[in-house]
Amino acid sequence: MKLSLGPITYFWTKEKTFEFYEQVAKSPVDIVYLGETVCSKRAVIRFSDWMEIGEKLAAAGKEVVMSTMTLLEAESELKMMRRICENGKFMVEANDIGAIQLMKGLPFVTGPSVNVYNQRTLAKLAKVGLKRWVFPVELSEETFADMQDERPEGVESEIFAYGRLPLAYSARCFTARAHNLPKDDCDYKCGEFPDGMTLSAQDDTRFLSLNGIQTQSAHTFNVLSELDELRSLGVDILRISPQAEHTMEVIEAFHNCMTGKENAEEASARLNEKMPIGPCDGYWHGKPGIADSVLDNYK
Amino acid sequence: MELVCPAGNLPSLKAAVDNGANAVYFGFRDDTNARHFAGLNFTPEKMAEGVQYAHDRGARAFLALNTFPQPEGWGRWQDAVDRAAEMGFDALIAADIGILDYACNRWPDLNLHLSVQGSATNYEAIRFFHENFGISRVVVPRVLSLPQVKHVVENSPVSIEVFGFGSLCVMVEGRCLLSSYATGESPNTFGACSPASAVEWRETDKGLETRLGGILIETVGKGENAGYPTICKARFEVGGNTFHAIEEPTSLNTMEMLPELQKAGIAAVKIEGRQRSPVYVKQVTSVWRAALDACAKDPENFKPKSEWLAELAKVSEGSQTTFGAYHRPWQ
Repeated sequence: MKLSLGPITYFWTKEKTFEFYEQVAKSPVDIVYLGETVCSKRAVIRFSDWMEIGEKLAAAGKEVVMSTMTLLEAESELKMMRRICENGKFMVEANDIGAIQLMKGLPFVTGPSVNVYNQRTLAKLAKVGLKRWVFPVELSEETFADMQDERPEGVESEIFAYGRLPLAYSARCFTARAHNLPKDDCDYKCGEFPDGMTLSAQDDTRFLSLNGIQTQSAHTFNVLSELDELRSLGVDILRISPQAEHTMEVIEAFHNCMTGKENAEEASARLNEKMPIGPCDGYWHGKPGIADSVLDNYK
Repeated sequence: MELVCPAGNLPSLKAAVDNGANAVYFGFRDDTNARHFAGLNFTPEKMAEGVQYAHDRGARAFLALNTFPQPEGWGRWQDAVDRAAEMGFDALIAADIGILDYACNRWPDLNLHLSVQGSATNYEAIRFFHENFGISRVVVPRVLSLPQVKHVVENSPVSIEVFGFGSLCVMVEGRCLLSSYATGESPNTFGACSPASAVEWRETDKGLETRLGGILIETVGKGENAGYPTICKARFEVGGNTFHAIEEPTSLNTMEMLPELQKAGIAAVKIEGRQRSPVYVKQVTSVWRAALDACAKDPENFKPKSEWLAELAKVSEGSQTTFGAYHRPWQ
């Protein structure tokens, strides 16, 4: 089983991003997904910068994958997607069907926002070049097991194993909205929230995290404690989604557990303490996503 | 432009056809479609009757089969495709790649539309669905602005259908998991946003409290309208303020834009609301029929009549908006 690091979903400064990937280069992750997947306005890191980061990571022995945007509306966004799909060096993670179209049969990965919910979808995409798929976050272990049984030859399965869950995308920017700003003149407010803005329900349930046009779970999904089960299901890759703090510790903990140096349940409990809000794993157990099996909090 | 109207049952279907719909869309009574609510939708017998009723009066019948099957339920979706083909539907509206692949291989003559649930916001995605499954039409998500829709039309190999009126999703359809995050069931997996079994209403001193999956998502004071409890239209606390943090409970009405939509080459306008009553379907269909006819005849001087807007206001949820509108949430 390998360990991957998903794309940064937040708007960090160029300095923080470069520093982050310097640490990643020294960390025990095997695969690193790079690029802006949420908002095209966050263009402080250019395509050439991403390629430069990619080359450094590749030199450090990492497999590099370039990720495309999730919601594409403007022609300028399609243009960027074309550059990524034609980068000629690194594999591509398609986060929209449009990117699959542009790959024209070349190998690609599907990200969590591409709806691969059944075996026939998996088989069809394998025919057009799918090499790896990320299991959609709202589906359960049971569905994953069924799909593993009929997985096409040569297709790897990756699970979103740790991080705030990507739940929705809109043409509107909710971070700008919370600041009374129009999206067109957003002042890059999302840059002030390196882990998103927490949204609470009226009973104070900390519920969602607003990350520009993306809505995430406030709770951090974590299935590290299920490591033995994940292994027996034949999961090829576990994905960690970057957070502003503690990501290197999360990587370390997963790596230690995967190499038998640490007990997965103990490490998982330790990580739960470091999350911005707290843990959830409901989706994996066929429950509401916000539920958590350890806290046993399903209402 | 074709007028495509919703039908949650046979009386609604008849109301749509009798009042000028060019096409009606409806679904089976299960989770194979995105309006899976108790007491709604069609048994196979009623469905055959509905197709016949539409065809006898020159209207087309579309089957909505626009959720995403998982391996355990695959057979149910496959049967639904087979039935649609055998019943003589004029189009199948689907979103799932596996379903589209099955349909185009098993029933090569079956006309396929890509549902709004297919999340196709750009022409490269549309080309994929066209080249791989031969789809003939796409319903585009309600997140695009008019210039963006025009750009899609100009570059799309197939015709484009847009939502004209009804409830409004602010999230890209097919990629919104907010409902399942709170309840375990989403439009993708179950065919419903905020399934009724997860909704709880409670009268308190503060007003009517609405919980979804046990989470308090709204408190409605006396004199306020309590709409259907979706997460995206509830009030939350962000940064110390409680407001409609995602979207206000508004609905969509693009009637004023009809001449532009027509000029842009839009093939069809869709009315949302399979969960609404036959009265809603009748009123909305007849008003939109009149508007489309007036626009076709004289687009230059087209302006929605005040009596049309009054009729629509009677049946719409909350206040109205058009897409692309910008709202100041709490100041």
